[in-house]
Amino acid sequence: MIRFIPRERTPVWLTVAVSVGAGLAALLLTAIPLALSGAPVLGAFVLMAKGALGDGFALAETLTRATPLIFTGLAAAVAFRAKLWNIGAEGQLYAGALATVALGAGLIEAPAYVLVPLVLIGAALAGAALLLVPVLFKTRFGADEVVVTLLMNFIVLLFVQMMLEGPMKDEMAMGWPQSAPVLDEATLPKLITGLRLHWGLVIAVISALLLHVFITRTVWGFRIRAVGENARAARYAGLPVGKAMALVGLLSGGLAGLAGASEVAGLKGYLTADLSPGFGYAGIVVATLANLSPLGVIPSAIFVAGVFVGADSMSRAIGVSNYLADLVVALALLSVLVGGLLTRFRIVLVRREAV
Amino acid sequence: MLWSALDILTQANFWAATIRIATPLIFGVLGALLCERAGVLNLGIEGIFVAGAMSGWLAVYLGLPLWGGVLVAAGTGALFGLLHGILTVPLGLSQHVTGIGVTLLATSVAYFGYRVAFPNVATPPRIEAFPPLDLPVLGDLPFIGPILAQQTAFTVLAFACVGILALILARTPLGLALRAVGDNPEAVEAQGLSVVGLRIGAVMAGSALMALGGAFLTLSAFNAFYFGMINGRGWVCIALTVFASWRPGKALLGALLFGALDAYQLRLQTITGGAVPSQIFLMLPYVFSIAALVLVARRADYPRALMKPYFKGQR
Repeated sequence: MIRFIPRERTPVWLTVAVSVGAGLAALLLTAIPLALSGAPVLGAFVLMAKGALGDGFALAETLTRATPLIFTGLAAAVAFRAKLWNIGAEGQLYAGALATVALGAGLIEAPAYVLVPLVLIGAALAGAALLLVPVLFKTRFGADEVVVTLLMNFIVLLFVQMMLEGPMKDEMAMGWPQSAPVLDEATLPKLITGLRLHWGLVIAVISALLLHVFITRTVWGFRIRAVGENARAARYAGLPVGKAMALVGLLSGGLAGLAGASEVAGLKGYLTADLSPGFGYAGIVVATLANLSPLGVIPSAIFVAGVFVGADSMSRAIGVSNYLADLVVALALLSVLVGGLLTRFRIVLVRREAV
Repeated sequence: MLWSALDILTQANFWAATIRIATPLIFGVLGALLCERAGVLNLGIEGIFVAGAMSGWLAVYLGLPLWGGVLVAAGTGALFGLLHGILTVPLGLSQHVTGIGVTLLATSVAYFGYRVAFPNVATPPRIEAFPPLDLPVLGDLPFIGPILAQQTAFTVLAFACVGILALILARTPLGLALRAVGDNPEAVEAQGLSVVGLRIGAVMAGSALMALGGAFLTLSAFNAFYFGMINGRGWVCIALTVFASWRPGKALLGALLFGALDAYQLRLQTITGGAVPSQIFLMLPYVFSIAALVLVARRADYPRALMKPYFKGQR
């Protein structure tokens, strides 16, 4: 008979091993549908690895794709730490992107050292404000935030489409529903000329470091963790649970909003309704793979980004659908959840008589 | 203008559309409430809708009869339900995150499978979908007749499921055990019944119902599979489940109300003739779902053991 015995402490190496193992397990499991589809399994994986990490250009593409995923991964990590189930990062990303265009595409003319921070703050506030609505519904009315944030994603996307076909439409765009481009002064510069990699990555990494320090080293960080571990105990201990939840909402929504700003001001230059191919949802996978650790989000986002970039490149080469990447990512999420049992419990085989 | 807005309600077409839009939601809400009554939140619903829509359609495309496609969809749903059940019941993993994982997995399996089957098609291939009902006497009734004549046998199945599930939950020992396992699993254990078995069974059956909701779209409402065709319908069902306070009868009411609202906004769009952006109307169903959830949330009588994993011999 198998027994789960809760662990007092989990060694760091085990947590890391579980995440790496889950990534590998996901790739291994994906070999099954890949083989069923009749594609050369090994060849496809080699092409994926080459496409994601093969040369400097591929690596830069992977890091470019990882940038929004670090932001949405952090957004999910901080929220899930407090057991605030924010599944609305996708919508908050678009809110941030809308704010970026609203502020950065000509409304305000200022030098870059004013306009760039202004755009980033505006985007973070937009994302945060959007998440405050479900947080308020949760604390005031007891409405489940999962459903509300999920449904708000659809509302926000429709709102973006409305703005792009109406007041925010770029008249110079030959009828395409897209916004006017952001000004040069609002643009995040490229890190290396000739590549798409931009300063958004640096901001994302700094955000991860700051969030790590905040959660592990400050009073409010401790309160957030306490609320997540046991909200009732936290309330008995006199912790301001409502305020902690609101703070988590602001942080999580703000980080997701920054993902939108980074994509618009750093990569695309303007807003379209297909800005995000599900970065918000992938952020949940990134955060879970990272065991909700802000620092872990960085390698985890790079892994997920690599899977997507690699699958795109493999798909172009041998025509296997790039939905393979979504398969790997979904399997990685489920694998790491199962693997997480190893970090929370010692699993002991006992003989029936001994029970 | 006001007159034509009211006139919509007298059109048989509007009521027929209401039922058509409500049908997948009836399946979805029944499935969600069955899982939740047994104590398991199943956020895999959105993906299970996609997988049901795709697998049921593909089975018919490959030559199975329509009802064969319905069975294949139900089986696909039950399989994903089994996965969700094993991960959340005996292993006790987070029902929220596992559900999202199941949604991602089921969606990507369906999309990948579709792309493997049809690598380069520009227009989605079609099947011969469920034909409208041919009713001898009812079809000749004034007003009601044309509404019924636009429905298919698949819709009849949805309405039948409402009655069957209500009966099972309220009147049978199995129903009692299912309700108890979501309220007080200790009591079920004391009866000598298996909490794990009951919960996994309920999640599998519920997921099969959800998959039927998806299959209705590809086998009855339309005759092809499109990417993104589910478009949040599954999430709407989760909201409607709370609105229906986990009762099959109220689930039917909630789904019909939602269907009416959706059918109404579609017709209102043509009346306003572009004066109001179409997106405003398209937002209404989602706004309505959130509003319904917020309104009932305070007095919602959640199954008491919902989202609480149960381990034998542990308090």
